[in-house]
Amino acid sequence: MISGQYPALLVIVPLLAACLIALAGWLKPVLCFPLAATGLLGAVWSAVGLLLRVAGEGPILYRLGGWPPPVGIAYAVDHLTVLVLVVVASVALVNLVASRATIEREQVHRRGPFYALYVLSVTGLLGIVVTGDAFNLYVLLEIAALSGYALIAMGSPRAPLASLNYLFMGTIGATFYLLGVGILYIQTGTLNMADLALRLAPLHGSPALLVAFLVIIVGLWLKMAFYPLHGWLPGAYTYAPSAASSLMAPLTTKVMIYVMIRLILSVFTPAYAFGVLKLEGLVVWLASAAIVAGAVMALAQRDLKKMLTYLIVAEVGYMVGGVWLGTKTGLTGAILHLINDAAMTLTLFLAAANLVFRTKSRRIEDLKGSFARMPWTMTGLAAAGLAVIGVPPFCGFFSKWYLLQAALEAGQYQFLAALLLSSLISAVLFFRLFEAALFEPAGGKPGHGRGRREEGMAEAPPSMVIPLLVAAASLVAMGLATRLIVQGFILPALSGGPGGLS
Amino acid sequence: MEPLVSIRPLLAVLVSLAAVPVLVSARNRNVREGWTFLAAVAKLVLVASLLPPVLAGREVVYTLVQVLPGIAIAFKVDPLGLLFALVSSSLWIVTSAFSIGYMRGLNEHSQTRYYAFFAVALSATIGVAFSANLFTLYLFYEVLSLATYPLVVHHQDGEAKLGGRKYLTYILGTSIGLVLPAMVVCYLLSGTLDFQPQGFIAGTVGPLGGTLLVLAFVFGFAKAGVMPFHAWLPAAMIAPTPVSALLHAVAVVKVGAFSILRVLTGVLGTGWLARMDLGLVVAWIASFTIIVSSLIALSQDGLKRRLAFSTIGQLSYIILGAALLSPRGLTGAFSHIAMHAFGKITLFMCAGAIFVATGKTHISQMAGLGRRMPLTFLAFLAGSLSVIGLPPCGGFISKWNLLLGTLEASSPALMVVLLSSSFLNACYFLPVVFRAFFHPPFDRACQGPVAEAPPWALVPPVLTGLASVALFFYPRPFLDLARMAATTLGGG
Amino acid sequence: MTGGLAFLVAKYNYWVYIVLMMIGLYAIIAKNNLIKKIIGMSIFQTAVILYYISTGAKKGATIPIIAHGHGHEAVQAADYINPLPHVLMLTAIVVSVATLGVALALAIRIYEQHRTLEEDEILERLKE
Repeated sequence: MISGQYPALLVIVPLLAACLIALAGWLKPVLCFPLAATGLLGAVWSAVGLLLRVAGEGPILYRLGGWPPPVGIAYAVDHLTVLVLVVVASVALVNLVASRATIEREQVHRRGPFYALYVLSVTGLLGIVVTGDAFNLYVLLEIAALSGYALIAMGSPRAPLASLNYLFMGTIGATFYLLGVGILYIQTGTLNMADLALRLAPLHGSPALLVAFLVIIVGLWLKMAFYPLHGWLPGAYTYAPSAASSLMAPLTTKVMIYVMIRLILSVFTPAYAFGVLKLEGLVVWLASAAIVAGAVMALAQRDLKKMLTYLIVAEVGYMVGGVWLGTKTGLTGAILHLINDAAMTLTLFLAAANLVFRTKSRRIEDLKGSFARMPWTMTGLAAAGLAVIGVPPFCGFFSKWYLLQAALEAGQYQFLAALLLSSLISAVLFFRLFEAALFEPAGGKPGHGRGRREEGMAEAPPSMVIPLLVAAASLVAMGLATRLIVQGFILPALSGGPGGLS
Repeated sequence: MEPLVSIRPLLAVLVSLAAVPVLVSARNRNVREGWTFLAAVAKLVLVASLLPPVLAGREVVYTLVQVLPGIAIAFKVDPLGLLFALVSSSLWIVTSAFSIGYMRGLNEHSQTRYYAFFAVALSATIGVAFSANLFTLYLFYEVLSLATYPLVVHHQDGEAKLGGRKYLTYILGTSIGLVLPAMVVCYLLSGTLDFQPQGFIAGTVGPLGGTLLVLAFVFGFAKAGVMPFHAWLPAAMIAPTPVSALLHAVAVVKVGAFSILRVLTGVLGTGWLARMDLGLVVAWIASFTIIVSSLIALSQDGLKRRLAFSTIGQLSYIILGAALLSPRGLTGAFSHIAMHAFGKITLFMCAGAIFVATGKTHISQMAGLGRRMPLTFLAFLAGSLSVIGLPPCGGFISKWNLLLGTLEASSPALMVVLLSSSFLNACYFLPVVFRAFFHPPFDRACQGPVAEAPPWALVPPVLTGLASVALFFYPRPFLDLARMAATTLGGG
Repeated sequence: MTGGLAFLVAKYNYWVYIVLMMIGLYAIIAKNNLIKKIIGMSIFQTAVILYYISTGAKKGATIPIIAHGHGHEAVQAADYINPLPHVLMLTAIVVSVATLGVALALAIRIYEQHRTLEEDEILERLKE
């Protein structure tokens, strides 16, 4: 029956949709959006179905084509997997709906290719999350990446160069990953993640394993823009079309962080990654540096989207640091932050898309009077900003809570300081935005902003505002549901795998 | 006694939030203001309905949702919380009346935004008052900071922007930088954040850690205006006077002092503080603020600025009273929350009335004005006497308890601090009234027949001035609540 | 012991791959011309592909095609080199070709816009 095939449907439905969209792009472009929406809806459906199954029954093992592992490719779906799947699929769908207006405006002649690449990219991301085979992961990694490069290049005139830059760094990262998997394959003869874990267990002391681990981790760091390997991110996400940046910014780096967590939990095991290798201190220092560097560089920006991209760099630091603290609390915080940050980043980029759509500019000073003219968009932006700063009851507070706790438990005070400092810097960042939007009415004289409607600056269309508000509402909902998420999904995922987690 | 489980605390918090969508969509301003009043009255009724069980010795509890393991958004109404809630909700009604007149009289812009955020701010205040644990308190504390920002920067000009920046820098900076880590530490050490009668930190942390925690909380709750994190208060005076009146004399600053009181009594515990000699540390920090702020107040010519520095001093009175760790001291501190509120709000509304009637903001310009606006200045006198602590005004009762508290704590030095600052209070308040009545008129505006501010601006301060006097004769239920709270929380 | 260090020293082919990878990386990072960067990327990927393929090699073994085989005899695995890495690398080669295609398409776009493929010149023009 259908529900038994969810793991495969998750990838196949959007994949087929992408092919159909490419076709429709030639024959009847008007069908592109409905096809894309249907494909993503199918993905959301499967993801939620899987979530409910796993919540009820526990982790599921799915064999593609019925071939038993390690001969065939197996999908191992556990609590963490379904959590991230649901988030990825929903973000993609909400963003699709919200972006329709901008796509119609910017990409109207290329709708077919654009929607096809969009859905293909999401297919890649979903596949990365759900797969249980190391090589399959590489293939999907590249599917997502290549469609991403193309999506980005469709943006502003500076986009192709930024995309090429991203291509270089992303390919190096993926190739490092491939190299690492190759070393693992030599040592164990298998590519299935569960099998790898078993066969690697006696090899924990070997230099080859160390090399493989380092090479894979560095490759993933390149892909997730972990400072100082973040150089491609600001350019790529700033100059991409609005629809592409609000798809990729919330998802791509987070999925890469998921891969890192998945490999540490299920392949290398925490006992090895944190017990045998004593790298935590170093990596947490790097993460603290990433957080501060990202926050400070965000402060220096005049361009709204670029500022948000540097914020992503800081957030990646949060998550990498959380993982490498090496404790259960740290991993809980990192995973919670992963899903929270996906929602927060989506809200931020959707709000930015709305603002850019109406003001036709990305500069912060051009936000004047936005509170009066675009109240709903600014409400969404304010909610996201407060979540990033870490104000309860928004979700951002709760993941920060876990990370702070973990930092104190592990005695890594520099990480604690970096977290608090970045919260304060984010407060400055966002209130600077609010000041610009609140104080001077656009083009009028400062004073008691009477909010007369001027030409060209009105609220964004409902198709852009409603998804934004849904995303903003989810920030509160996820915050209040923290306990449910942690106890229902994250803790079972952390205790289910091969042990070694303190 | 068994705690009473009731949804009323939650409703008290939500009633003004619920009014916001109605406010915002109201078709005309009378409907909008009508809803504000309705919400204010409903809130007071809900809060007052909690008096009987609490006075009988029961606590009213309600848990909304558990958001983290061991931490929930939960409410608990005990004497201290109820005291604060009563004060805030009753004064909201008065301030709403004053706001309506003020805003309409000056034809201010964005009034809907004003009333909406005012309602949210009051929700947050009651939320703080009824918090059952440190997390809920922190949540509503932050909501209050954010909800009051649009009120502070209401005028939307250059000055407002700078004032707003200072406001947020001090208040958000300290809450995120000091309170949040302190809260995480407390949770890590003891696994809970629920307020308990003698706190929950005893035995889990040593002297150095304990001192750092105390300092983090006292300075972290910068809304209490403890120096050196007090500078936001004078800066926030650029807000419209009704905002200054309620928020800065009653709600925002009282939330700060209340939070410190809650932490001292419910997280750290008076017994633990006494054993660690940390009560003295807090007392001296508060004393410093009291003396210095009174001195600065003396030097201020702007009436609102003088009142602002006076508030900074009075808040530290409350903290000092709690730091004495003695029953009388606690009673004095808790009751001063109420007495100071009524007194200060009278003073601010008088300042507002003076501004509306004559446009004057500086004390030097007000010589002789008392003969033109006798009722206003009489109300001002009543408020001043209450704040200074002289009979026949309610402030005398709280200050008397504070003095007795210093005796109980065997601290003559602190008694000197209290007495000398009361003297300073008199020095900076009484001359204002004296000059207004007995000096020759400063200018044309001060001459002429009696011409008070319009009734909507005159009646509220006169009412609260009368209340300040009435509280001397009928201090219940505030004094009862304060005494009950001092007994349960002080481990007496 | 199958430690990494021991067998890297003994197997000189791995050193060749490492050198190739370094050349590729160097080209991506240090070269100015976009096409040279792309070629460097290609070299880098090829090095890794070669590495994988070499893992399937066995001394004295032949290509993995069973002649006249219709399931009559048992197959000695040691006589045939491991086909799995080859199969995996077909996929990887496809991926690298696709990446090359996208990269070249981007380079064409950039050339159309800026009339040059030298990165420093492009950055100069973007600053204006």
